[in-house]
Amino acid sequence: MSTTAEVNIGQDVQHDEHHDHEQSFISKYIFTTDHKMIGKQFLITGIMWGLIGVGMSVIFRLQLGFPEMQLTWLKPLLGGWISETGQLDPEFYLALVTMHGTIMVFFVLTAGLSGTFSNYLIPLQIGARDMASGFMNMLSYWFFFASSVVMMSSIFIETGPAAGGWVVYPPLSALPQAIQGSQLGMTLWLVAMVFFIVSMLLGGINYITTVINLRTEGMSFSRLPLTIWAFFLTAVIGLLSFPVLFAAALLLVFDRSFGTSFYLSDIYIGGEALPNMGGSPILYQHLFWFLGHPEVYIVLLPALGITSEVIATNSRKPIFGYRAMIGSMLGITVLSFVVWAHHMFVSGLNPFLGSVFMFLTLIIAIPSAVKVFNYLTTLWKGNIIFTPATLFSIGLVSFFISGGLTGIFLGNSVIDIQLHDTYFVVAHFHLVMGSLSIFGLLAGVYHWFPKMFGRMMDEKLGHIHFWMTFIGVYMIFFPMHYIGIAGFPRRYYSWTNFDAFSSYTDLNMFVSIAAFVTVAAQFLFLFNFFYSMYRGKKAPQNPWRSNTLEWTTPIEPGHGNWPGEIPKVYRWPYDYSKPGAEKDFIPQHIPLSQTPESNLDHEVELAKKEVVDKTADAKSNA
Amino acid sequence: MFNLAIGLGVVLLLAILFLIFRISSLIGVAKGNTDKLETSSNKINGAMFLVFLVGTGFLFFWYSFKEFENYNLPVASEHGSEYEFLFWTTMAVTGVVFVLTQILLFYFSWKYQYKENSKALFYPENNKLEVVWTFVPAVVLAILVFTGWRVWTDITAPAPENTNNIEIMGYQFAWGVRYPGLDGELGNSDYRVIEATNSFGIDFNDKASYDDFIPREMHIPKGEPVTFNIRARDVLHSVFAPHFRLKMDAVPGMPTSFTFTATKSTEEMREELNDPEFNYEIACTEVCGRGHYSMKLTLIVDEPEDYRAWYAEQESFLKRNPEYLTKVPSDLKELAILKTGIDNKELD
Repeated sequence: MSTTAEVNIGQDVQHDEHHDHEQSFISKYIFTTDHKMIGKQFLITGIMWGLIGVGMSVIFRLQLGFPEMQLTWLKPLLGGWISETGQLDPEFYLALVTMHGTIMVFFVLTAGLSGTFSNYLIPLQIGARDMASGFMNMLSYWFFFASSVVMMSSIFIETGPAAGGWVVYPPLSALPQAIQGSQLGMTLWLVAMVFFIVSMLLGGINYITTVINLRTEGMSFSRLPLTIWAFFLTAVIGLLSFPVLFAAALLLVFDRSFGTSFYLSDIYIGGEALPNMGGSPILYQHLFWFLGHPEVYIVLLPALGITSEVIATNSRKPIFGYRAMIGSMLGITVLSFVVWAHHMFVSGLNPFLGSVFMFLTLIIAIPSAVKVFNYLTTLWKGNIIFTPATLFSIGLVSFFISGGLTGIFLGNSVIDIQLHDTYFVVAHFHLVMGSLSIFGLLAGVYHWFPKMFGRMMDEKLGHIHFWMTFIGVYMIFFPMHYIGIAGFPRRYYSWTNFDAFSSYTDLNMFVSIAAFVTVAAQFLFLFNFFYSMYRGKKAPQNPWRSNTLEWTTPIEPGHGNWPGEIPKVYRWPYDYSKPGAEKDFIPQHIPLSQTPESNLDHEVELAKKEVVDKTADAKSNA
Repeated sequence: MFNLAIGLGVVLLLAILFLIFRISSLIGVAKGNTDKLETSSNKINGAMFLVFLVGTGFLFFWYSFKEFENYNLPVASEHGSEYEFLFWTTMAVTGVVFVLTQILLFYFSWKYQYKENSKALFYPENNKLEVVWTFVPAVVLAILVFTGWRVWTDITAPAPENTNNIEIMGYQFAWGVRYPGLDGELGNSDYRVIEATNSFGIDFNDKASYDDFIPREMHIPKGEPVTFNIRARDVLHSVFAPHFRLKMDAVPGMPTSFTFTATKSTEEMREELNDPEFNYEIACTEVCGRGHYSMKLTLIVDEPEDYRAWYAEQESFLKRNPEYLTKVPSDLKELAILKTGIDNKELD
């Protein structure tokens, strides 16, 4: 069944001419409008940013794990940021923490994850030739690139990059005299974020339009792979929340450069009282977290979508509760907009608002719980093949549990009093948002690498990479819960000033060593990635025996994806191990009428209709 | 020279690793048969999940019990014990879920690993199950939320009439503390009159400010409600007193507050912990710049009578800095002199 379709496509390739026209290097690799190439551009840029972001964490983990260490050997790299006595500058420490957060959240997990896979997979999995607007898509990448250039340049200026934490709360971020990072570095941060938001909006509009308008025949919303549902809802969240960050940033620009007082009031700094009156720093926090919290789901949902696809494919089972999965994602999408103030329980917020947001926050735990149970049931009685992608997906579910449960502590305003801005929070979001999404990204790369580059990544290296990373991540972030409960505040250069926080130097050392090992393991991945791109085994047509449409394209799809007609879709994407079927998977483009042996009761009816439709087609063509 | 040797060593090591990788992948090619699923590595990965589960599970329980005394700070406030109850209840509930789901996840991964002759179960949905695991978490969460909400309304309730008001002001990079003096009322402040000495910007137009004092040490009474009136002078700060389970941001332009009752004096805590050096500390938990990590304020909890004695000894700001009498409006000067307890002779 599927083989016949593949053969047909193979023949089409040979005498297809008008899709494979020669393209110049620039229009093929640089200013390309092909969604596949744009996806790869996002991926490579994201990986580069990932290296920088992770590299920064190595430097501050050196400081936290080995505070006495001589860092003179870093002078060639960091210059004046290493003091004469070989210590890291405390302000640069803050800059590192800030840039690590900004880079990882926005440049790696938003652009790198959703930019890569939404671009790459949406047209391929819904059966479209390209995005709705290839040109806007190209702009989206190049705005991201411009943003990257500006953000990158801020790392190299004399006063250093932004240093007020990735949330850049004013007044610290608004007052150049408060911290060096709030001088030119902060301006560049804001400019970069404006470009970034433009990029995300251009991308998001495109994803939404494409999913709504360009689905192939038969690809109804109830037949969309969960990856597409996830990318679609992610784009919706982004489209509604990023403009608010834009507003927050714009007002901050006004306060910084034009003397307005949106966020500033009653400030005496550097020996003078500032004229600003009547502003409120809390306003910024509301605006920021109105994006900031949905942002968590912007990085989470694509990873969960990828996991759904990978787990179903590799446990050779339909995803359990397809409708419930969509329902819970819809629930998360809506609720993500009404929980933002749980980041502000102790900001001086009205306690009544605190209660409201506590209720809403704990409600969002329910759809998340449903998703976990559905993943577990999907694995149950499966026939699981541990490809590297499967391993990363299972690891992801483990993080989702560990990091999700600690959210129940933090969402409770009483418990948050003690835990707010401690290492408990650091542990929580690095597991549930950071590591989870990185695992989604890695699972996606391992799973779709054969489609992207026509070659296979090395499995064994992938396995080693997974185990080092999985164990490593737990060794880094799990111990942080303990020091969090003990009250260790985050963004501290050193804790020795306080008797209450001067213990646990051994634990911090352990965490740092775990971090170095985990970071080292990522070079296995990098090697595997770039080596396999050129020298990996050639990929077969459908290496994971998967149902979704992207595996019906030629092994290395050209512009337009399908050389011939776009395949029609006759079924949902999760017909794995269907009773009665000859093989353990039936791709989406196989008509029900061709598989009478495995059709379920309600599908028998549908199959009959299918035949009628076909004859009708034939008549109208004639 | 030494660096060069290390560099060469690393290069050699990488080259060897690369060769091993090349040889093993060539062997894979030579063996051929790429269509068949590799079952040996599948077994290893499945087993690894079990090993991981047992190993990390052991570490988790062992460390959590061994270190309990160290990471669980003693509680020294009334609402602190309610906090502890909530925290550990949540820990128990989530702990059970955590252990169960992780066991299921890794056990399933091992148990249902690929076997050539087995086929996965086609089991696309079960609405009953979905309903059950939507409602059970919903009910459990509702209970947690309601208990949390009741404690939250208690903690954030308006301060009682008889509370001890104390002002804490955050600035780069320290805390300032101001007491209301004998009249029990903190005087107004205005950031525009802040100077090196009048670091609080005390507004001398307000009668209540004349007996305010700024002590060298911070003291609070045990067993009485205390309200921290919190503000910031330059950027955001956050008052965090871990033993009291107390945290509240200090916001420029928007005063905040936190009311609590300490239950153990510094002396009692020293005995309990068997640590004669022990002191309660306040730290900053909202990033505020270069010295964020050094914003420490030591706080001493006294028995009420010791507190009163200490309180009575303190000299008002005006008495210590009589030059500020010039800022007092002339019609109030008399009152100010009276209230601050300045000796008239000293003035002359």
